[in-house]
Amino acid sequence: MDRHPAIPGNASPSGRLALNILHFARVLREAGMPVGPGHVIDALDAAQAGSLRSREDFYWTLHAVFVKRREHKELFDQAFHVFWKKPKMLEQLMQLMFQQITRPADEKAKQAGFRRLAEAMFDKVESQSRREEKPGALDFDATFSHSALEVLRRKDFEQMTVAEQAQARLAIARLRTHRLEIRTRRFKPFHSGERIDLRRTLKGSLRAGGHLIDLAKRERQWREPPLVVLCDISGSCSNYSRMFLHFLHGLMNDRERVSVFLFGTRLTNISRELKRRDVDEAMMKVSSAVKDWSGGTRIGSALKEFNYRWARRVLTQGAHVLLMTDGLDREDVSLLEVEMARLRRSAKRIIWLNPLLRYQGFEARAAGIRAMMPHIDEFRPVHSLESLADLAGALAAPRRAEHDPKTWLKAS
Amino acid sequence: MDSDNKATGLPPSIDAVAELLKSQGYIADRALSTVVFLALKMGRPLFLEGEAGVGKTEIAKVLAGALGRKLIRLQCYEGLDVNAAVYEWNYSAQMIEIRLAEAAGELDRERLGHDIFSEKFLTKRPLLQALEAVKGAAPVLLIDELDRTDEAFEAFLLEVLSDFQVTIPELGTITAAEPPIVVITSNRTREVHDALKRRCLYHWVGYPDAEREIAIIKARRPDASAALAREVVSFVQALRQGELYKAPGVAETLDWVSALHELDAISLDPQTVNDTLGVLLKYQDDIVRMEGSEAKRILDQIKAEIGAMSRT
Repeated sequence: MDRHPAIPGNASPSGRLALNILHFARVLREAGMPVGPGHVIDALDAAQAGSLRSREDFYWTLHAVFVKRREHKELFDQAFHVFWKKPKMLEQLMQLMFQQITRPADEKAKQAGFRRLAEAMFDKVESQSRREEKPGALDFDATFSHSALEVLRRKDFEQMTVAEQAQARLAIARLRTHRLEIRTRRFKPFHSGERIDLRRTLKGSLRAGGHLIDLAKRERQWREPPLVVLCDISGSCSNYSRMFLHFLHGLMNDRERVSVFLFGTRLTNISRELKRRDVDEAMMKVSSAVKDWSGGTRIGSALKEFNYRWARRVLTQGAHVLLMTDGLDREDVSLLEVEMARLRRSAKRIIWLNPLLRYQGFEARAAGIRAMMPHIDEFRPVHSLESLADLAGALAAPRRAEHDPKTWLKAS
Repeated sequence: MDSDNKATGLPPSIDAVAELLKSQGYIADRALSTVVFLALKMGRPLFLEGEAGVGKTEIAKVLAGALGRKLIRLQCYEGLDVNAAVYEWNYSAQMIEIRLAEAAGELDRERLGHDIFSEKFLTKRPLLQALEAVKGAAPVLLIDELDRTDEAFEAFLLEVLSDFQVTIPELGTITAAEPPIVVITSNRTREVHDALKRRCLYHWVGYPDAEREIAIIKARRPDASAALAREVVSFVQALRQGELYKAPGVAETLDWVSALHELDAISLDPQTVNDTLGVLLKYQDDIVRMEGSEAKRILDQIKAEIGAMSRT
C-alpha cells in the first residue's frame, strides 16, 4: 500500500494527487458505490478549485462529489479514513482479511460496510475462498431439530460481501419481472382504456374549439399489494436466516408497503430496522432488536400474537402474507390451527415457503404441518437455502400443481 | 363585540371544553378535553386514533353541535380521489353548454373555455365546501377513517391541512377565509404517515374507566336504571381485561344497555347475557369462548364485587 498521499495545502493537484483521487474513486466503486469517470473529473475539478485548507475541507469536497445518496455516507466515510491515511484502520482491515491466523476482529471492525470496503481494497478472491471453507467448521448442526424452549440468544451476522450484494440485487430484479399486482380503484389515462375520461375529453375538445369531441379513455391502475413476511428464526431454521434477511432487506428497499416480522419464541417487528438503506447497518439493528435467535419455536403463539396485535394494522388493502417456517411446532397444535384459520380470514393470500421441502420424499406428516396446510393458498418449495437466486426463483416461478397445498395433503 | 365573541364561540379553557362536550352528552376525560382545547386554540387538525367504537367520530359531531357549526363529513374509502373529495365538473351540463353555444353560432374558443370551466359547472365535494365558510362560522370538517384510503390521498391532504387551500387548475387557488375545525379519525388498520401526523395534534382514544363509562351511559341512555348500568359496565370492563380478538367498545356497551332495556331486564343473569352476547361481541370465536360457563364466572365475580361495595 503505497498510496498514502499527504493532502496538499493550496497547491493545484499534482499528478500524484490526481492519481490518488482516481485510485480512491476505484476503491469506492469496488466497494459498491456507483462512481463513474464523470465523478472523477468532477473531483479533480473540485480539488483544483483551490480552497482546500485542511483535511476536513478535502473530506467534504470529495463527499460532495462522490456521495449522492444518504446510505453511501457511511461507506464513504470509512473509505476516506482508510485511504487518506489513518494507519490503525488499515491494520484492522488487514486483520479482517487474514482472520485465519488472527483472533476474531475486534469490535471496531464490525462497523457497517467494513467488509465490502476491505474487499475493495485487497484481493477479492481471497475473501471468497475463505468464506467457502466455513461451513465445514460446524461443531453441532441443529438444523431441522426443534424445541419449544425459549433460549434468548443474540446473533451477529457476518457482513455482506460485494458479490453477495450483487447477487441479492439480481435476485430482487428477477422477482420484479414476476410481480403480482392487484387492481386498485384509481384510474390513469390510457389510450385504449375501457372507460371514458370525461375531464380530459372536455378539455381536449375545448382546445379544438368545441367542434369535435374526441373521447379520451382511462383505465384502472394496478399496484402491488402490501406484503407481510413472517419469518421463523428458531434453531431449526437458523442456518438460512442470514441469507433470508438479506433478501428481505433487498425486497424492503425495492417496493413499498412491506412489513417483516421475525418469530421464534416471541414475535418481533423489524420493519423499521430493515428500512436502513445500508444492508450491514440494517442487519446490526435487527440483531440487536431480536432477542430469540436460534431458540425454540412456538409458531402457534407467535401467530396468535401477530393476529391480535398486528393483523389489523398491517393486513389491509388486500395484503399478501409470506410465511417462512418449517412448520415444526412442539406446542399444542389446536392453537396453531385456530390461529392459522384466523390469519387465513384476514389475509388475501398466504404463501408458505418451507425449507423442509428440499428433501426428496417430504410428506406432510408432522402434526403442525398438517394443521397449517389447509389454510394456505400456496406451498412453495425451496430447494437450496444457500443462494438468494434459488429463493427468488422459488417465489417467482408460476404456480404449478406442486404448489397447491391439497396435493400435499392427499399424498400423505 | 359581544356578538363577535359569540360567533367565534370557542371555549376559553379546558374545563369549558369538558363542560361544552358534556352539554352534548359526551363525557370526555381530562386528556381528551385538553387536546380538543389545544386544537381549537391553535387551529391545528385533531388526529384521533383508537379502536372501533370508542367515540372518535362522535367528537366531531358533538363539537359541531356544541359550537353551532356545520358538520362536513368526508368518509374515506379505498380509491378515494380528488373528484370525490374536493370537486368534480358537471360534465353533462358542460356538454349541453357547448351544444347550445354551437347552436347559437357563437363559438369563441377563449370565451367558451372560460364559460365552461366556471363555478357554475363546479360540483363541490366535502373538502372544498369546508374551505368556503364565512368568517366566524368555519365548519367542523370530519375526515373519517383516514386509514381506509391510500397513501396518495394522504399526500394530497398535506397541502389542504397545512395551508387550507386547494388548487383547481381551471379556476385557480381557493383559500379558506377561516380554516375549518378539522377532526381526523383512524382505526389504525394501517399506519398513517408521520408527515401528516406531524401537522396534527395526536390523541389515542382508549376505553374509558368504569366511572366514566357509567357517566356515559347515564348521559346517553338516561332511562336505564343505575343498578343495571353498574352491572353492565363491570361486565364489559371485565371482558376487556380478558383476551378477546375484539374487545367491546363504548358503542357496544350503549347498544347492550338499550338491548337489555328493550328486554325489560333489570339485572344481568346468565341466560340474558348468553342471549344478547351478539350485541357486545362481533367475532364468532369470541362469542364461543365467552358463552356459558365463562360468562357465568364473570357475572358471579362482578356481582360479588358490587355486593361487597354496596355493603361497605
